[in-house]
Amino acid sequence: MSIPAELKYSTDHEWVRVEGNTAIIGVTDFAQSQLGDVVFVELPNEGDSAKAGQRISVIESVKAVSDIISPLSGKVIRTNQELNDAPELVNQSPYGDGWILVIELSNPKELTGLLDDAAYSEIVEKGGH
Amino acid sequence: MSAKQTPLYETHVRYGGKIVEFGGWLLPVQYSGIKEEHHAVRTKAGLFDVSHMGEVLVSGPDALAFLQKLVTNDVAKLQINQILYTPMCYLDGGTVDDLLVYKQADNEYLLVINAANIEKDWQWMQENVKGFEATLTNLSDATAQLALQGPLAETILAKLTDAPLAEIKYYWFMPEVSVAGKTVLVSRTGYTGEDGFEIYCKPEDASFLWEAIMEAGRPFGLLPAGLGCRDTLRFEACLPLYGHELSATMSPIEAGIGFFVKLDKGDFNGREVLQEQKTNGTKRKIVGFVMVDRGIARAEYPVLAAGVHIGVVTTGSYTPTLNKNLGLALIQADYAKIGQTIEIDIRGKQLSAEIIAKPFYKREGK
Repeated sequence: MSIPAELKYSTDHEWVRVEGNTAIIGVTDFAQSQLGDVVFVELPNEGDSAKAGQRISVIESVKAVSDIISPLSGKVIRTNQELNDAPELVNQSPYGDGWILVIELSNPKELTGLLDDAAYSEIVEKGGH
Repeated sequence: MSAKQTPLYETHVRYGGKIVEFGGWLLPVQYSGIKEEHHAVRTKAGLFDVSHMGEVLVSGPDALAFLQKLVTNDVAKLQINQILYTPMCYLDGGTVDDLLVYKQADNEYLLVINAANIEKDWQWMQENVKGFEATLTNLSDATAQLALQGPLAETILAKLTDAPLAEIKYYWFMPEVSVAGKTVLVSRTGYTGEDGFEIYCKPEDASFLWEAIMEAGRPFGLLPAGLGCRDTLRFEACLPLYGHELSATMSPIEAGIGFFVKLDKGDFNGREVLQEQKTNGTKRKIVGFVMVDRGIARAEYPVLAAGVHIGVVTTGSYTPTLNKNLGLALIQADYAKIGQTIEIDIRGKQLSAEIIAKPFYKREGK
């Protein structure tokens, strides 16, 4: 199970890559493996506001519908339009081409509430909870 | 009540199956992935554990008379070693279950019923058998069942048996067949829309047979297959799933399987209501639809037409063979025409869909 050291993680199994005042967000390798074959990602509109702890997107596998909970607050400034035609990128490249959206942070202090790779590894080892 | 394990539970774990609870049983939802397993069944073969299904033996001089009252299809038409698919209805026409009837001898029939309904079916049969000289035996715990499904199923099974598999026609069975040295019953049935076999065996032989079939099938691309693809496969073929396209509050006529209700066979449970529905039509109907807007309909989502609520999705999914987002829905019959535009309420958004013909998938040549 890949858990890159340079990323931050949420307990809801999203990863965050901070670049200046923005955060790229996706779902972790563990999350995609639990979901199984991803067949649809419902992306928010660019300009939508994201609130930490609330649903920002929905990801559907063949069998299940799962919310993507925004780990941070801010404004959605980009979404991964590639996923409209190739939702399987979430399975194939969860930390790369399968990214979901980019948020411009309104409250960078929230970053301190995220997990590092070691803390997230512990959650995964316990079975995801 | 804690969930039960089939005799293959340890095997599933060893094969990397992701275990979930289904109908009171712990079963694998997938091994390598639902899409991959689905494609394997459509193009090569897949092996399923269906040991959770229930089996009831009906025997005695009144076995046929009892079954004729119990189910809607005409059991008298069956020859020995032939199988019948049939709904089983309540007096009000609602469906108790859908099942398979295997005619083993003139006074002996094996019923195969849905796992989640075993208890309920058993009680209903006990109530109905009163007055008939027939004995019911619940063999569910004494029977394991494997389903080998896909275009290469016969090729693979032939590696393990000398029985003339090609002579088993669709919906017929062969009792006491030796497969990998074990005595089993082999039927040409399944729930995937593909050719294939269901293999009934003793629980203690199940894991040996699983390994033997996997071994024989590996060179042909056989994959172990879980509940996830079982559902997408049966859904593409528009085979009803009890609790979704059939229920206590839904008749077989509403479900679109009125073909299996034979009014000319004499009296049976629900006959009056079903006859009325066949003659005058039903107010509700199961239809198939394709999503026009981007989105996946799921069971229980509301269905609307021009803003008016007309029904509910019974099954909805992405379909791996057809690569479309399709659904089945129980809706008001006035809107059931092919080409009718409807909307599916997906998380508060009303997305456009269109009624299309069923089944969505039909294998070639059959």
